[in-house]
Formats: sequence, structure tokens, C-alpha cells
Amino acid sequence: MVENRPFLTFVAHAVLIAGVVVVAFPLWVTFVASTLTYEQIANVPMPLWPGDQFLANYGQVLTAGSTKGSAAPVSTMLFNSLVMAVVVAVGKICISIVSAFAVVYFRFPLRRFIFWMIFVTLMLPIEVRIIPTFKVASDLGILDSYLGLTLPLIASATATFLFRQFFMTIPDELAEAARIDGAGPMRFFVDVVLPLSRTNVAALFVILFIFGWNQYLWPLLITGQESMYTVVIGIKRMIVGGDAATEWQLVMATAMLALMPPAAVVILMQKWFVKGLVETEK
Amino acid sequence: MEKRVLFRSSWLPYLLVAPQVAVTVIFFFWPASQAIYYAFQLQDAFGLESRFVGLANFQDLFHDDRYFESFKTTAIFSGLVACSGIGISLVLATMADRVVRGALAYKTLLIWPYAVAPAIAGVLWAFIFAPSIGIVTYALQKLGIDWNWIINGDQAMLLVVIASVWKQISYNFLFFLAGLQSIPKSLIEAAAIDGAGPFRRFWTIVFPLLSPTTFFLLVVNIVYAFFDTFGVIDATTQGGPAQATQILVYKVYYDGVKAADLGGSSAQSVILMAIVIALTAVQFRFVERKVQY
Repeated sequence: MVENRPFLTFVAHAVLIAGVVVVAFPLWVTFVASTLTYEQIANVPMPLWPGDQFLANYGQVLTAGSTKGSAAPVSTMLFNSLVMAVVVAVGKICISIVSAFAVVYFRFPLRRFIFWMIFVTLMLPIEVRIIPTFKVASDLGILDSYLGLTLPLIASATATFLFRQFFMTIPDELAEAARIDGAGPMRFFVDVVLPLSRTNVAALFVILFIFGWNQYLWPLLITGQESMYTVVIGIKRMIVGGDAATEWQLVMATAMLALMPPAAVVILMQKWFVKGLVETEK
Repeated sequence: MEKRVLFRSSWLPYLLVAPQVAVTVIFFFWPASQAIYYAFQLQDAFGLESRFVGLANFQDLFHDDRYFESFKTTAIFSGLVACSGIGISLVLATMADRVVRGALAYKTLLIWPYAVAPAIAGVLWAFIFAPSIGIVTYALQKLGIDWNWIINGDQAMLLVVIASVWKQISYNFLFFLAGLQSIPKSLIEAAAIDGAGPFRRFWTIVFPLLSPTTFFLLVVNIVYAFFDTFGVIDATTQGGPAQATQILVYKVYYDGVKAADLGGSSAQSVILMAIVIALTAVQFRFVERKVQY
């Protein structure tokens, strides 16, 4: 700050507090609604202070699901979401880091072609190839399976680029020294490149975990059985249409359960999150 | 930029790229080529036979008023999402850059919505704006505003815009904050010594220096509004009422999955692919060169 202007500082705090309140308002309403009975919510306006149904509502969704919409327990859905998020994040990091290593440290005839091939996937989001991708998954017999939930999302151009950019900054002397000491490429990869990449891997993991957890269209297409729903899909299935028919207290409890894990990851790993976000977009 | 020191192996690099290439070919290139193939085919009502019809699917689309309507909806929707998202985040980031006390707390409290899935964001906002039980609906009624997004198209649009912007603010905020913090303090100080007030300094120094960030965010937000908001719309309005919020991506999904019109949906996919390619090209061409005054 270059000068002391108490009024502007006051305005800045006021605007920020207003921003924080508006951003947090839906979360507060959701939390409050998840602790009320249906009658309390339906009796407009609903109270804005938590009720006493916290254990009852959360207990019901975790073990039994809703009674009018999807009846799958949310604990199963949370497990499916966790598997999906972790497998997608780890899978993307693994296959990207080795392909970036190959592209940077080797010269081979198809190198440019493969690099461009990976690049082009940026331009083919799932939304533009919905039905044919579904057909592929169906032909491979991986509908309603963890493999089907995760495998098609595992290719990643952004992760490959991030690792490529990073590998370019590793000094050549390290590779030279490794070669003189008689280390082969894989030894160099495991003993030098991987340890140096730790912070990038951590940052990327945070971003990709959130990406995997929040997937919507793909799980919507390929999960038919309730036991394979992820929590983001499950919540949609609990809303059965019309304000009167939906058990909002249960939907809101599920919403809290669905958004807490990724939000906790963002807040607890803020440093990695910011690093990952800013770097993957460069 | 190329590495000087390389390793030699005739088979290892292929083995290393094999998993990435396999997934890319099976789940990206093959389906994308199928989409292009189907775009030129017409299936009979039972999906048993299909024949080559040339550009007929595209001609049908361009004679379909609803498709143009969907284009217009998408343009309005992404314009609103990108502009209001960028505007609000810029204000918040400028303020957060100014305060010393509590800066980290504000940052933490503003970035968490990034973690919320679009579909969940839609559900949260749909609940507080619900026509009969929503708390904001109740407040609006007290103010004399009749709110029902289930039947009012403009209000439905406003709802999906609010939910989409809410989720994206944290992302824009972080990029603006990083941009603001990289502006040399000496520039601001020099302007202050010359007698420029805070607003003058913002418009003549800070805003121009932020233009690369702003442009980058504009492209990212448009891509976000085009594709990632599918969850918001599917969880709230489902394109309704009367296609008022049916953006292009939702129409591809609806025509292909719900209405089972393979050819028409594929033709739309091909058009969408062209749009993504154009947006990506713009992003790489201009963001690399940086927009500067």
C-alpha cells in the first residue's frame, strides 16, 4: 500500500466481507436445511438457524438414501466418488509423467506426431463426443464399472504439458552426470526426475482430485445401477421434481457430504491448490 | 526448446507413451471420428440401418429455428457468465490486494466454491430460489417480485447464470490476485508521488497491466460457460422452460441421449468441435503473445 487512506481501507474490508457473505450464503442455507425436518423447510420462510435433525438426516442419507427418489445409501456413493477421484488423479499423473519424460528425453521418429496427438485432446471435451464415447465404453463392456468411470478420463494434455515444461527446466548437467555414472534412462527417471517433480505432482493431484470428484456428464451416462452412482449423480436422482415431492432436508445433507471433501482439500492444501491451478493453465 | 542431453533406446520411448496414446486413441480420436461419421448419416426409426446423406443433417440444423435459438441462448449465457464473473472477481481481487489485515482469511473464504461440482452449485441455488419454499423467493415476494423460474424463462436464465458465476468467481479471483501481486509496486508509488489518486492509478496503470490476465480469463470463462456448465443446467432447469436455457451442449445431450436423434446430435457435436478448436486456437495464439497496450 502506497498511502494511508482509512476510508478506502474501510471500503475494501466492507466489499470483501459482503463478497464472503454472498459466497457463503448458499452454503449456510444448505447446512441449516440439512438439520431441519421437512415440515420446517416447507413452512416458508424456513428458519436460518440450525435445527436438531442433524444426526437423523445425515444418518438416514448415509445408510438408507432418500425414500422418494434414489434409495441408494450415500455412503456407497461417497466411496464411488472417492475411488473415481483418486484413480483419475493418480492415473492422469502416472501416464502423463512417463509420456512427458519420453517426449523430452528421447528422440524417436513419431515424437512430434505423438506430442500433437496429445495436444489435440484439449479440443475434444467429453461434451462434444458423448454418444460415440458411450458406444466405445459399451462395446468394451465397461459400463457400470469403476474401470468405465475412470479410464476414459485418464488421458490428460494439460498434465503432460505441465510435466514437459517442468522437465525442460531440469539442468542438463544432471542427466549428463547420471549418464557418466552409468545410469540408464529409467534409473535417471526414478532417482532424479521423480524426486524433483514432487511439488508439481502434489499440486496437480489437488486439481485433478477435484476434477475427478466433480465429474458429472460421464458418470451420468455410464452408470445405470444405483450402486455405481457417484454422489454428484446421486443428488440429482434424489430430486424427483416439484418442491413438494422432494425431501429437501435429505438432498441438502447429501449436498453437504458431496461438497465437503473437495472443499476440505482446497482449504487444507491451499498452497498446492493455488500452485496447481495457476500452473496447469499456462 | 530442445534438450541437449538425451537418452537412446529404440523401444523405451514407445513403451512410455503407449498408455497415454492408447487412451487417447480409444476414447478421444475414435469417438470423435465416429461423431463426424454419424454426422453424415441418417438412421431409420429403429436404429437398424443408416445411410449416407451428405450434408442433410447440417442443412436440417441450419433450417431449424430452435438450433439458432440455442446459439443465441448460448451467446447470452456465456456473455453474462464471463462478464459478470470477471467483473465481480476483479473488484474483489483489487480489494483483497489492498488490505493487509485478514488477507489470507478473505482468500480462503473466497476460493472454496471452486471445489463445488457444477451440478451441486445448481442444486444449492435452485433450493434458495425454489418457487414455493425458497428463502430468497420469499424475500423477493416481500419486495413485490413474483419469482418462479420454473415457468419464467428470463428468471431461469438468471438462476443458471448466478449459479455458474458463483462457482467460477474463485478461479478468476485467484488469477487476478496473482496478476495484481506481480505489478511492480514502484510503478504505483511513482504515480502516487505524481499525484494520481487510487482510481486514476487503477485505470491508467493497474487495469492495462492486467489486460493479459483479463483476456486469458475471458477465453477460459467462455469455454467454461460453453461446456462445464452442463451440470448446472441439468441439475436445475434442464434446458427449460421452453428451451430458455438450452445451451448448445445441453441440446447435443438432449437430442442424442433423450431424443435419440443420432445424426442431428452428431452434426451438432461436429459444430461444437469447430467452436472448441477456434477457442483453443485464439487462446494459444493471443495468450502466448500477451495482450499489451
